[in-house]
Amino acid sequence: MTEAHIIGKSVPRKEGRDKVTGAARYIDDISLPGMLYGATVRSRIPRGVIKKISFDPQFDWSEFVIVAANDIPGKNCIALIGDDQPCLADGMVNHPEEPILLLAHEGRHMLRQAIEAVSIEYEPLPAVFTIEDSERRSQVIWGTDNIFKTFLIAKGEVDSVWAKADYIVEGEYTTGAQEQLYIENNGVIASFDAKQGITVWGSLQCPYYVHKALMALCDLPAEKVRVVQAETGGAFGGKEDYPSMIAGHAALLAMKSGRPVKIVYDRLEDMTATTKRHPSRTRHRTAVGKDGKILGGEIDFTIDGGAYATLSSVVLSRGTIHAGGPYYWPNVRIRGKAVATNTPPHGAFRGFGAPQSLFAMERHMNRIAQVVGLSPAEIRRRNFLKPGQTTTTEQTVREEIDLGKLLDRAVDLSAHDAKKARFAQENEAGSIRRGMGIAAFLHGAGFTGSGERYLASVVGVEGCADGTVRVLVSSTEFGQGTNTVLCQIAAEALNLPYDYIRIAQPDTNQVPNSGPTVASRTAMVVGSLVRSAAIGVRQTLTAGGTLSTSYSPEEFRAACRRHITEHGELRSYAHYEVPAGVLWDDLKYRGEAYATYAWAVYVAEVAVDLSTYSARVEDFVALQEVGRVLHPILAKGQIAGGVAQGIGFALYEKVVWQNGRMQNGQMTNYIMPASSDLPQIRIFFEEMGNIHGAYGAKGIGELPMDGPAPAIVNAIEDALGTHFDSIPLLPEDIFEAVSAESNGELVSTNTKR
Amino acid sequence: MTHSPKNRGKCEISLMVNGRPETVRVYPMERLLDVLRQELGLTGTKEGCGEGECGSCSVLIDGKLVNSCLIPALQAEGTNLTTIEGLAEGPQLHALQTAFLECGGAQCGICTPGMILAACQLLEKKPNPTLDDIREGLSGNLCRCTGYMQIFDAVMEAARRNPA
Repeated sequence: MTEAHIIGKSVPRKEGRDKVTGAARYIDDISLPGMLYGATVRSRIPRGVIKKISFDPQFDWSEFVIVAANDIPGKNCIALIGDDQPCLADGMVNHPEEPILLLAHEGRHMLRQAIEAVSIEYEPLPAVFTIEDSERRSQVIWGTDNIFKTFLIAKGEVDSVWAKADYIVEGEYTTGAQEQLYIENNGVIASFDAKQGITVWGSLQCPYYVHKALMALCDLPAEKVRVVQAETGGAFGGKEDYPSMIAGHAALLAMKSGRPVKIVYDRLEDMTATTKRHPSRTRHRTAVGKDGKILGGEIDFTIDGGAYATLSSVVLSRGTIHAGGPYYWPNVRIRGKAVATNTPPHGAFRGFGAPQSLFAMERHMNRIAQVVGLSPAEIRRRNFLKPGQTTTTEQTVREEIDLGKLLDRAVDLSAHDAKKARFAQENEAGSIRRGMGIAAFLHGAGFTGSGERYLASVVGVEGCADGTVRVLVSSTEFGQGTNTVLCQIAAEALNLPYDYIRIAQPDTNQVPNSGPTVASRTAMVVGSLVRSAAIGVRQTLTAGGTLSTSYSPEEFRAACRRHITEHGELRSYAHYEVPAGVLWDDLKYRGEAYATYAWAVYVAEVAVDLSTYSARVEDFVALQEVGRVLHPILAKGQIAGGVAQGIGFALYEKVVWQNGRMQNGQMTNYIMPASSDLPQIRIFFEEMGNIHGAYGAKGIGELPMDGPAPAIVNAIEDALGTHFDSIPLLPEDIFEAVSAESNGELVSTNTKR
Repeated sequence: MTHSPKNRGKCEISLMVNGRPETVRVYPMERLLDVLRQELGLTGTKEGCGEGECGSCSVLIDGKLVNSCLIPALQAEGTNLTTIEGLAEGPQLHALQTAFLECGGAQCGICTPGMILAACQLLEKKPNPTLDDIREGLSGNLCRCTGYMQIFDAVMEAARRNPA
């Protein structure tokens, strides 16, 4: 094979020009003739029976379209993994902000008054708001036991390790909800006509998820539902499942009114009503030898799923599998559990359960280090997984991964040891305390276990009459670089210039189902299929004698033209095939959990100001092994963005709950990092020759979300000598813990809800 | 003046938008953002939060950066206004647009128009900014995708190419 000509180069982002000129069309930039605007009447209580819905008789309702649960032509549910979540509440509400009624009007400004003119009488029922409340089952709010899903990973003989242990180290760690906070709120436009059915354009990640949900809701066959992705202004998982809800709402209004309907949320509605990262609680109990080696342990990982099952089972799955970190556990028992509470359902957010359980693991490693009397770096080094060893699911590490080497390099790049020693001295005086923190972690790429087999993704590549090539996928661009990387892969496979390759707009009428754009799977899994399909196009031309095996772009162009004139079209499709040796047992939760993993060591330098108790990250080193870097600028952009969100997760972003409702649903009171809040994020890649996916890529998008929070909290612990086991860690939390400690008290720093 | 119900309570304002004279009928307290997007069809100006926190709706009024979601339309009367659509000269991109494209300063793109206009004002004031100047100068414009690093690179690069 010839040397790569485009892979590894930072070619321009395909849709970049439209984005920097303001020409890119997002959903709220699109209008259709005769379009109405839709709005949602939502529950104001966490749980109860709807007794009566009344419309203010003083208000002129004649120009409004009104949709309630009994207008739904199909099944009143958002079909996803299960179908427990109604599209519109019917008689009962289970969380604040649950949709009850839909309104539409020509004038966008009329909707707020109309919502106020609807009054709903409830008979409130007792509600549960925390994991602990849900576990107590004083109220059963979902199923028979408030439990959406449990998992058990069991390896070796855990019960036998305690007697042999030199130390038994216990800890409990919690993480709060986190808002995805894409800058473009959720929005869709739906239109309906009896012949063509329903069409939805929207800001979304997964066109075929919405397609499936609309078929069930509107009782329409597949060919009468069309879903098109508009330019999407950020997603981060937050537009994985919720678009099915808002698309369903717009579709119902469009079907009833016969006119196109646009629904675009404002920030408050988006923040209070849509999904967030699952709050979590992790308990560790670990048996450790005197050399610091882990002998075995128990991990209990529990997440708060909110009122309906939605994606909680799969978030739980990933969190449970990642709970043991990048370490070798000869014996381990990991229990995962997702419970119901009366809050809006929590959903997908970059990392998908792993940032929660890895926060716990990496804080716990520091605790083990202290108990054993080793440095945080050394305790990790002694326990790192090595090639040939098995993970907690007994997957053999086949990659040539050297985590010790990654650790050494990250420690060097951050000047960790010298700074740590210097800070220890300098912290004696002054009101600024500094510290260094390390986190080591892994992230599985693609769907878990047998997930990719069930997805059975299909990708098409088409040679066009003008000699250009179109990539046909339902994989969506929302900033990560899907368009660019997939075109790069096709260009490489066909040995054509990058400009010859275009990507089709994701439209379920035009593109095959290449699976959802989630789980760090696009470059690796979909990219491989793009490569195969592109090779298929080339082979069609060479086998037919229209093209010789080596060709110029001009010759390719001519061959395309000739083939299409003679045969009508030139398309090649590639179907996902399970790689050899990938065995997964869904019942025992054992085997090859992921085709491959990305690995990383992050180091944070933090300063805590003891006059304000605010912690600030002063330097951040992110070193990772992600296979081959296909596009250095995009890859670095993914890492920096993920690290910034991780810094927010650790230090700034606190969802304040009251009776199951977010109280700070605005950007003025829910604080994400601004440019002035961040350190220089220094990004490094280590290629260790591990080849996966198209041209060697592994997953990259979610990885950088996993490491920052534990690295930062470890650094704060180093600075202050105080334990912190909960995030977010705001100045008031640091103040409370430090004051309590200086008063000789031991306090829990658990996030209160 | 028309008296159709649609125009009741509206008044007429004239201003320069991206170098062209425009006259539009607006409600006096209507948000400038809505006038730009709906009346003038300039949808490059985005709404992120509607309360002046995120900066996605940033435009330049007489060279000064403002959040168009907080400005009543009437206040734009007689001003010279620049939106993202007015930055390129024909097919020739502004140096900042080119640098954002090359350095990875735009990911999802929703904050990009406002961010580029904020950077425009920054370079106007400080043609050779330090990294701290950029951090501070762009701190009113939130970006959730990039972690800002490649935005800083882009502004540095644009400054380097257009030495004052």
